[in-house]
Amino acid sequence: MTSHAPPAPPVQASPPPLPRRAVRLPPWAPLLAGAAAATAAYLAFRGTATLPHDPEAAPFRIIGDVRAWADANRNQSPVFLFFVNYVRLFVGGLYDVLLTVLTAPGWAGLSGIATGIGLLAGGWRTGLLTALGFGSFGVLGVWEASVTTLALVLTAVLLSLAAGLPLGILAGHSARLRRLLDPVLDVMQIMPTFAYLAPMVLFFQIGPASAAVATMIYSVPPAIRITALAIRQVSPSAVEASVSLGATRGQTLRKVELPMARATIGLAVNQTIMMALSMVVIAALIAAPGLGSDIIRGLTRADVGVMLPAGLAIVVMAIVLDRVTSSAAARPPYGAARPGKARALSASRLRWLCAAAVALGGPALGRALPEEFPAGLVLRLAGPVNEAVDAVTFSWYDLTEAVRNLTTEALLNPLQTVLTSAPWWLVAAVVLAVAWRTGGPRPAAVAVGCLLATALIGLWQHTMETLTTVLVAVALTLLAGVLLGIAAARSPRFAAVQRPLLDAAQTMPAFVYLLPALALFGATRFTAVFASVIYAVPPVIRLVEDGVRNVSPAAVEAALSCGSTGWQLLWKVRLPMARRAILLAANQGIVMTLAMVVVGGLVGAGGLGYDVVSGFSQRADFGMGFAAGVATVLLGIMLDRITQGAGARPSPRTTTGKKRIA
Amino acid sequence: MASPDGTSPDGAAIEVRGLWKIFGPRADRVLGGPDAALGPDALREKTGCVAAVRDVGFAVRPGEVFVVMGLSGSGKSTLVRCLTRLIEPTAGEISISGEDVRAASPSRLRELRRHRVSMVFQHFGLLPHRKVVDNVAYGLEVQGVPRAGRHERAREILSLVGLDGFAEARPDELSGGMQQRVGLARALAVDPEVLLFDEPFSALDPLIRRDMQAEVVRLHREVGKTMVFITHDLSEALKLGERIAIMRAGSIVQVGTAEELVGAPADDYVADFVRDVPRGEVLSLRWIRRAPAPGERLDGPVLPAGTIIRDAVPAALESARPIRVVEDGEPTGVVDRLDILAAMAGRPPVPAVPPQRPSPGGPASGAGS
Repeated sequence: MTSHAPPAPPVQASPPPLPRRAVRLPPWAPLLAGAAAATAAYLAFRGTATLPHDPEAAPFRIIGDVRAWADANRNQSPVFLFFVNYVRLFVGGLYDVLLTVLTAPGWAGLSGIATGIGLLAGGWRTGLLTALGFGSFGVLGVWEASVTTLALVLTAVLLSLAAGLPLGILAGHSARLRRLLDPVLDVMQIMPTFAYLAPMVLFFQIGPASAAVATMIYSVPPAIRITALAIRQVSPSAVEASVSLGATRGQTLRKVELPMARATIGLAVNQTIMMALSMVVIAALIAAPGLGSDIIRGLTRADVGVMLPAGLAIVVMAIVLDRVTSSAAARPPYGAARPGKARALSASRLRWLCAAAVALGGPALGRALPEEFPAGLVLRLAGPVNEAVDAVTFSWYDLTEAVRNLTTEALLNPLQTVLTSAPWWLVAAVVLAVAWRTGGPRPAAVAVGCLLATALIGLWQHTMETLTTVLVAVALTLLAGVLLGIAAARSPRFAAVQRPLLDAAQTMPAFVYLLPALALFGATRFTAVFASVIYAVPPVIRLVEDGVRNVSPAAVEAALSCGSTGWQLLWKVRLPMARRAILLAANQGIVMTLAMVVVGGLVGAGGLGYDVVSGFSQRADFGMGFAAGVATVLLGIMLDRITQGAGARPSPRTTTGKKRIA
Repeated sequence: MASPDGTSPDGAAIEVRGLWKIFGPRADRVLGGPDAALGPDALREKTGCVAAVRDVGFAVRPGEVFVVMGLSGSGKSTLVRCLTRLIEPTAGEISISGEDVRAASPSRLRELRRHRVSMVFQHFGLLPHRKVVDNVAYGLEVQGVPRAGRHERAREILSLVGLDGFAEARPDELSGGMQQRVGLARALAVDPEVLLFDEPFSALDPLIRRDMQAEVVRLHREVGKTMVFITHDLSEALKLGERIAIMRAGSIVQVGTAEELVGAPADDYVADFVRDVPRGEVLSLRWIRRAPAPGERLDGPVLPAGTIIRDAVPAALESARPIRVVEDGEPTGVVDRLDILAAMAGRPPVPAVPPQRPSPGGPASGAGS
């Protein structure tokens, strides 16, 4: 107490006169003021300048006319005659050939060959998994649909790789091409799946060819991106050494770059296949044959029993394809031989022999076995599953009903009322302000432009409805994702339990998530919210966990040595330093949520997704469906710009041109 | 040798004249104009360009080890890459064994790289997916040599660099020093006339680095290639280089033997560089000889002028009389114990006398003979 007097004067004396002290505002003041202004404007202008939905809006009619023209001129216009129709013929032909090849060996034969490939790629475990997987297609009673889906996936993947690998290699070498491709690929990757479908119908009609092209376009970005990355990751001094020895470009590519990039290119193939598999299911909306059509049928009728076998088969197929391709990619570039070379050699020879035996034995056995998968082995799931679903919904009714009603009444309805009854200019102004604050003027301009464009194409109200669902789902996703991510980063044991679950969740195609949601909650808006939350949470968890965990150990050590408690460490060091990762997680979560909410249109989410679906089922609504597809893209770009800006802001982009002046 | 700067224009293995490399937009516009004379910072400020190599010229004799030394960022790695156009120079002339490299077509250039010049890299640049023997044979493989032939040659070279028995190993199973031996073997396998080394040992531990330097000296004795060796390590430069070029900010500041650099640094930069070099180990008696003082006895031991100071110590120990320094059979001055001690203590030659007999161009000349 006695020491109180002396230190005071110098502190007061040191700062120069500060007349502006009263003006200094806390950093959140502008935010608060903005929110207050927006609220006031909303209360004052509520109900004015809204843009209610009009199913006969002019843009819809124009698109409908375009389709009518396309249908009428399919066999006259040179664009169709000399280009589009050939593409359709070629892709359709490729699909037919692949389907024939896959069907020819019979179920036993195909399973045998697949098992052989699995054995070669990843050893006996993968081989066994493949055998069980293919067997399960038969047991689930969806053998034919599975083979059809496989053929369609293969068609799309072959096309994607044929286009994507060369383009990726070129992009890996040329920074200029990369700069050209990057924005295009960005937009392609945030486009919700539904948006790809309508233009396909316009050009290629409906059917497998059109579905394969849509799937190919959807799955080509990772093929290009990851291949380019793979090429760029090749050690520059190995490339330089090759060039310095007088290798031609082709020699360097073949002997140095491709072998050294092999594992990463394998990842590109793996990602392409996974993307294709998830798209092929959605492409059932434009009459793609296979498992997807069962799922769509089940979804539209809210019949879980019909969906479940197809859904399980899709999941199994995803796991098998993922394991086979990723273990093929992960194999060391040479025989895993260190000490006992001779033994390892014979082991690899043995594996080849086994694989060949299985691959040949399957078809041979297939001759003896019946051509159809034996009916006695098929599990008839539809009845029991529906009973079980009924039982669950009945016994959990109180709980599910409470959760659903709470979310709907407390979050969805009020927000939707606000968004749809607010004047359009107010919504636009809020988006502008938020995007400007997070990303600066350019992202803000893009975001507002996209928002206003949805109004121009006549879908303002439905866009607002979808936005409502997305915002609620994103809030729940981030809440769950950040909490679980932090928990996993703090507790290795929790992470160890969670990690395989996340792995499995990320292998599954998007549609599968609708299945449990539908079973629990029936066809409502909340179902879409629930499905998108469980769809988008895994990557968010993973990004947050990695971000929090990868904080520089030196900083953590420094904080600990100052005596921080665990919570202080988390709040003051780990979370602030993981800010980028968390913002990236938010961005990912939003893009994925949007994709799923749109798909949720099939199970009662309404909004744009429903417009897209009805555009395919009713010809009269085609224009609206097409426009709704465009609107989902616009919405996606808007949300992406807002969140990406926030992630990119803290560090000015560092473009380090690789100059060597050593 | 003949000309004042120690190069011999006739029959040079490598000759470079007026070489420029400017990174950045519109580099060639910088070159012709007045901007070329700007300092590095001013140039970047004004044009956004970086002149990594500025008007560099030198010649390397056949069979010589020519070291280019400089700190990082001085442009030495760019310079060596310009020699075979791994980096395209902006201007200048390069000739390797009489061939004009800058005018060579892509296929001529490939021929040059395949058969006549090969390079060893700082980070080895080995191919992890290939066995050691296939790494060594890579140069022959791109030439189209059949498998059996190139493997035989690769094994020969592997035993030359001391890697017998590692032919079937993978590069990542070897230590850093052994990996660089593979890199060396790969460069030697094509039997080039010229070997370029880009800081080959700076990623290695000091002990291994010393081994590898000895290895290069041994190989140079055995195979007698022309070598251009880039390094940022002065002791490495002094150990290996017959002549050393010191680079700073893209230009060559001085070219000369170790003795010339230490004894007569061209400017403060070089002087600063060589300050810690033990003078007694590098300089010869030529640098400290002086005219005999009146009355000094001239019947001491006789040593040639090229004797390294350290090597004159035994003679000085044996006899208290001043050593007589002889060049071309004629006495040119004397050195006594004090002179030797002062030189070994790192003091500049106390009397700083130019040599007694006026040789053209002062101490910098003739030292390499």
